[in-house]
Amino acid sequence: MESRVIVDVRNLTMKYHTLAGETAALNNLSLQVREGEFVSIIGPSGCGKSTLLSLICGLLSPSGGNILVDGETVQGPNPKIGYMPQRDQLFPWRNILMNVTLGLEVQNKLNEKTRSNAKDLLVKYGLGDFLYHYPAQLSGGMRQRVALIRTLAIDPEILILDEPFSALDYQTRLSVSDEVKRIINNEKKTTILVTHDIAEAISISDRIVVLTKRPADIKNIHDIALSCDDISPIRRRECPEFRHYFNLLWKELEVK
Amino acid sequence: MKEETRLVSMEHLKFIRAVRMENYRVLVARLTILFFFILSWELAGRFGLIDPFITSQPSRILKTLINLYREGQLFHHILITVVENIIGFVSGTLLGTLIAVALWWSSFLSRVLDPYLVVLNALPKIALGPILIVWIGNGPPSIVAMAILISVIVTILTVYSGFVQVDEEKIKILKTFGATKYQILQKVILPASVPTIVSALKINVGLSWVGVIVGEFLVSKAGLGYLIVYGGQVFKLDLVMASVIILAAAAALMYQGMVCLEKSLSRWQGN
Repeated sequence: MESRVIVDVRNLTMKYHTLAGETAALNNLSLQVREGEFVSIIGPSGCGKSTLLSLICGLLSPSGGNILVDGETVQGPNPKIGYMPQRDQLFPWRNILMNVTLGLEVQNKLNEKTRSNAKDLLVKYGLGDFLYHYPAQLSGGMRQRVALIRTLAIDPEILILDEPFSALDYQTRLSVSDEVKRIINNEKKTTILVTHDIAEAISISDRIVVLTKRPADIKNIHDIALSCDDISPIRRRECPEFRHYFNLLWKELEVK
Repeated sequence: MKEETRLVSMEHLKFIRAVRMENYRVLVARLTILFFFILSWELAGRFGLIDPFITSQPSRILKTLINLYREGQLFHHILITVVENIIGFVSGTLLGTLIAVALWWSSFLSRVLDPYLVVLNALPKIALGPILIVWIGNGPPSIVAMAILISVIVTILTVYSGFVQVDEEKIKILKTFGATKYQILQKVILPASVPTIVSALKINVGLSWVGVIVGEFLVSKAGLGYLIVYGGQVFKLDLVMASVIILAAAAALMYQGMVCLEKSLSRWQGN
């Protein structure tokens, strides 16, 4: 069953201007993401992945083309989109609960009900004992979980994750990506993940978009179908097809 | 921590004892230096090796302090200088922070004002003393103005650079939530810069002392700076030395106060 298209990127072009000249970051890029999908975007470093995310978040305006989110053209930051950055970026002077309610506060939606929803989310995902702790008292993995819940607290329809595991050590990275996938699955959110880790992309996504080097365009799109139908990224890594996808993507990204 | 102190090995006890011993020896050495310095000063005066009329003497300083206290003058002078100083560094810090906010708000303004700030920062503000007296008058307002002037420029520069160094990603998070510029200032720029502002405050306490004392040298009729200048003019070195010692004590106390403030504000940084 095909679900509806929730993010529709149409012929997107983006150029950066400096006095020295202009640099094209995206070149006529089109991409569709369906509701409930987990899509990863991979590409050579500096190819314009982050630019694409900033455009979807409405933080930049494109030089050409447009983006429709839920049928509406993106013209600025949109409460339907939740962004999660590379490092957790929790505010060290706020306790965990206050970090999570930050988005609600900014959007003037903080009241008894939304605050208790935020609390419930933290409790549900194992952070109930740390509501009034400060970020410095939590481990890297826990902080990343808090960062995800901060994004979920404004109840967005689409999550944008910008290399959310890259600052973690390998062990933590595997377990955090497992947790994040489980949480996102539970909360039924559409997700766009940017990463440069091929294995991570295969283990976590339904679909992988490979970008060309700058100016970025779509090189290829792969549907990931693994025979072991598990949601856990760690267990998905054990599927027989995993290596096949890995080799395929690795060759596609190879620097020539 | 509590459990650790209960279950310590002999080796650890030895280590703790060695550390304490070392601290104790440092303290003893400090006090010894002070004691012998005062003692030799006193004795050198008494046996005619130095002239107490020019160098003063610990016993004479003490006598001067007691006299000042009996006449009810001591706390009057201390209070005036301390109040001028507090008004000076608090308003210097507030004004500097406000201007830094304006510069952060408008990058155009910050680019326009940049060369002026550089020049004003390089200028020794004390040179403006006579101008202040002409403009503001011969009294405490001029002294406070001197203290503010001396601290405000460096505050603007420090606090503004603190604002600019706030992590772009933190700002980006707020922007994706749809934050306004005012919300960005309020939710991330200011709270993230509290350590910078407090450290500016700490520096300003020192700068403000300089401003206040110089101001009192120039215009005042009361205060520690006045006592120092007056004592110098009438060759009462006992009065000069006594005032300098009170000044040192007051400055040290105030600095310690700032250190405490800094500690209590940075609770969240540690564990």
